[in-house]
Amino acid sequence: MNQVTRRSFLKNSGGAGIALWLGISTWDYTDKTSNIYESKNFTPYIIVDSDGSITIFNTKPEMGQGTFQSIPALIAEEFEVSFDQITIKQSNGEPAFGPNQRAGGSASIRTSYSDLRKVGASAREVFILAASTQWQVDASSCYAENGKVIHKPTNRSLTYGQLVVEASKLDLPKEPKLKDPKDFKILGKMASRPDVPLKTCGKAEFGIDVRLPNMLYASVERCPVIGGTLKSFDATDAVKIAGVEKVAGVERVIGKYHSVGVAVIANSYWTAVQARKKLKIEWDTASFETFNTPEYEDHLRALASQDGLLDKNIGSVDSLQLQPQNTIEAFYETPMEAHHPLETLNCVAQVSGDQVEIWVSTQVPSNVTGTGEFDLHKYIGVAPENIKMHTKFIGGGFGRRLYIDFIIEAVNIAKLTDKPVKLIWSREDATEQGPFRPMTFSQLKGGLSEDGKLLSFQHKVIGPSLMESRDGNFDKTKVDSAMVEGIGVQAYEFPNLKTSYVRADFHIPVASWRSVTSSTVAFPPECFLDELAYKAKKDPMDFRLELLSKPSDTKRVLLKLREMSHWDEPLPKGSGRGVAQWEFFAGLGGQVVEVTYRPDKSIKIDKVYAVIDLGEVVNPDNVVHQVQGAIVMALGAATKPCITFKNGKVEQHNFYDDLLVRMYEVPEIEVAILAEGGPVKGVGEPGLPPFAPALANAIFAATGKRIRKLPFDINNI
Amino acid sequence: MISLIVNQKPYQVEVDPNMPLLWVIRDVIGLTGTKYGCGVAQCGACTVHLNGEAVRSCVTRVSRASGQKIVTIEGLSENNNHPLQLTWQEIDVPQCGYCHSGQIMSAAVLLRENPNPTDKNIDEAMSGNICRCGTYLRIRKAIHMAAERQKTHTIL
Repeated sequence: MNQVTRRSFLKNSGGAGIALWLGISTWDYTDKTSNIYESKNFTPYIIVDSDGSITIFNTKPEMGQGTFQSIPALIAEEFEVSFDQITIKQSNGEPAFGPNQRAGGSASIRTSYSDLRKVGASAREVFILAASTQWQVDASSCYAENGKVIHKPTNRSLTYGQLVVEASKLDLPKEPKLKDPKDFKILGKMASRPDVPLKTCGKAEFGIDVRLPNMLYASVERCPVIGGTLKSFDATDAVKIAGVEKVAGVERVIGKYHSVGVAVIANSYWTAVQARKKLKIEWDTASFETFNTPEYEDHLRALASQDGLLDKNIGSVDSLQLQPQNTIEAFYETPMEAHHPLETLNCVAQVSGDQVEIWVSTQVPSNVTGTGEFDLHKYIGVAPENIKMHTKFIGGGFGRRLYIDFIIEAVNIAKLTDKPVKLIWSREDATEQGPFRPMTFSQLKGGLSEDGKLLSFQHKVIGPSLMESRDGNFDKTKVDSAMVEGIGVQAYEFPNLKTSYVRADFHIPVASWRSVTSSTVAFPPECFLDELAYKAKKDPMDFRLELLSKPSDTKRVLLKLREMSHWDEPLPKGSGRGVAQWEFFAGLGGQVVEVTYRPDKSIKIDKVYAVIDLGEVVNPDNVVHQVQGAIVMALGAATKPCITFKNGKVEQHNFYDDLLVRMYEVPEIEVAILAEGGPVKGVGEPGLPPFAPALANAIFAATGKRIRKLPFDINNI
Repeated sequence: MISLIVNQKPYQVEVDPNMPLLWVIRDVIGLTGTKYGCGVAQCGACTVHLNGEAVRSCVTRVSRASGQKIVTIEGLSENNNHPLQLTWQEIDVPQCGYCHSGQIMSAAVLLRENPNPTDKNIDEAMSGNICRCGTYLRIRKAIHMAAERQKTHTIL
């Protein structure tokens, strides 16, 4: 990591006190910037003010995954301060906080775990040194606790606030000593999230809650046929409605796709929506209105005959001589999904001259203020240093708020007036306009030896490309690694393995969805392994463990599942268990699902046993909750209607036809956390991929019916 | 001009009588704890109490609430201390938190009508409230805990 360092700044007000800023310096120590937010080479994480107040920054937006507690916890633990002594501040995309102000890929903790502990430990050591210098005693006779340094022999103490002046003169230790985990007071313990009380009384401010003086509201009519273009519009009737200020075409950009919708700006959101209904718009949809999901599915099935682009080729799959009776082949299909965070997309923007100010719930503040190729400034013609943003609590992300299309749209609307404008997408907008999780189809082939050992495993993924959707310059001769995510990196010791990808052309924007492509491509191989196990007449758990002779995190997960789910105790007839696991960039999880087949042909999920392997755990209570939430989301994606197209339009509109899981449908879910050292893994996503295959495998065990297409009707198997 | 009593405070609002109560509460009165989620009474994020009954404010015309008593999440308790708010905090029920104003407002009516709800009672009463983060198991648990707490504390 970069050097932990400090800056001291005169406080703006009063002039008497000073505040000590501790953080990570990147390259240049000589930056003399007087405003910490503008510093380009120093990231502040802690501010200790001489008045005694302590601020810790969180650079990862809070969307329910718990970073508002877990990120400060890493610092507070080592700095020896408790949560009631600190103020947590969310970073707002300022350059000082760098390009990683983003929440995605279950990355927040796994990429910060060591660095932020080190920041806290350096801060602790410098305050201990400051106190010992002041007392003229040996630093080793002092320790820090509860925001104070204590001299052990005399029990004297000074608060961090009292030590700021002294500490600001000292250099920070280069290699601070991290605490022994057995002394942890916060990490790995039960901890309440500080944002929760705000969320039980309506005080947490989400993006949609921002209210500014003279603020206007906007709603946009977009082409219902995705890909269509705006020919003309007539706003005569719309502008007659009292309160309507302006109607204009506005551009939205999502990845390589540019489109123009018609925005209505009015004095209330409801007025804007009423006026939107009065618009008369002509769209050019000619080349897109013939798009239908069933035909596109046929197209993907046909593409399976192509070799595609080779991803992994281990051993010699192609030259193996397998007996036909020992080989099987299967085709699996997974659908498109909308993200549906409950807070619909929204953004408040104000344009004043060449300055833009933005208030928004986004997973990627760094892409709003950043200077990169795919950052906001590229799309709105405003210099990045002239973009100011405010990061709000996020009412659900799930990947949808990794994209800044709605922010681009909001700024383009705000350019039409000098007042701030709040753009709100309706639920229908969110359901019908995408981007969506791409469908992936999979062709699987497997071969066994005469004695039922797995010899060969092949997985070909067929579907549209995430990277191509994002970047028009994507090189189509290369495998989109996002589309074969996790495949070929499982711990299974396949003697011969071949994985490949057939890219399918598509005109609809596709997007990362919680656990990205693992949310679809884990299902086929983990079910197909089950098929192979039955073919080999072996228990599916044993069959997997046979492929895991060496110690591995995956083996540890499966052994834990075997124990906690009582896997080896038989179930009554009509009930069954299924197992699945998945390792990918975000982390590793495994599940056993237990089901009962009822006389009315419905499946009751009796229980889900889930294991998540983390290496280190920050907030175990939150981890349990995240895994349960991921399973609920996976249950919906596996068993509820998905996104389909007819005549170029999305056939679903709102929660009455794009159904989400409700309380009465949620099974009991027991979660075990493995935190036995090793690399730190992610929390938010790994609970999702194993669920659908474990459920489908359980249904096979209970009914003998193999499910190879999602979604399926759990009430009619 | 329409008169409303929101959280025991009188308001006079000059709006189209067809405007949904949700947008009047949020954009005109300025209480943003009540959320927009679907606009068609499917998700329950906009749940408020109208004369003590849980209603979906996104489909309730403001004219229907004229002169009547409305309670929003901000007015459910004096100090974020309704038994449900306390148990919600005790076991960290929310994740993103967006749906929880509506969840708590629905649960508050359930607990008033049925002080000892079973799992099934809770599932039925809460079936109109969607949580995309999937916090349902904790919602159910916190409602049970609040039912217990309610026996020893006075409910508003």
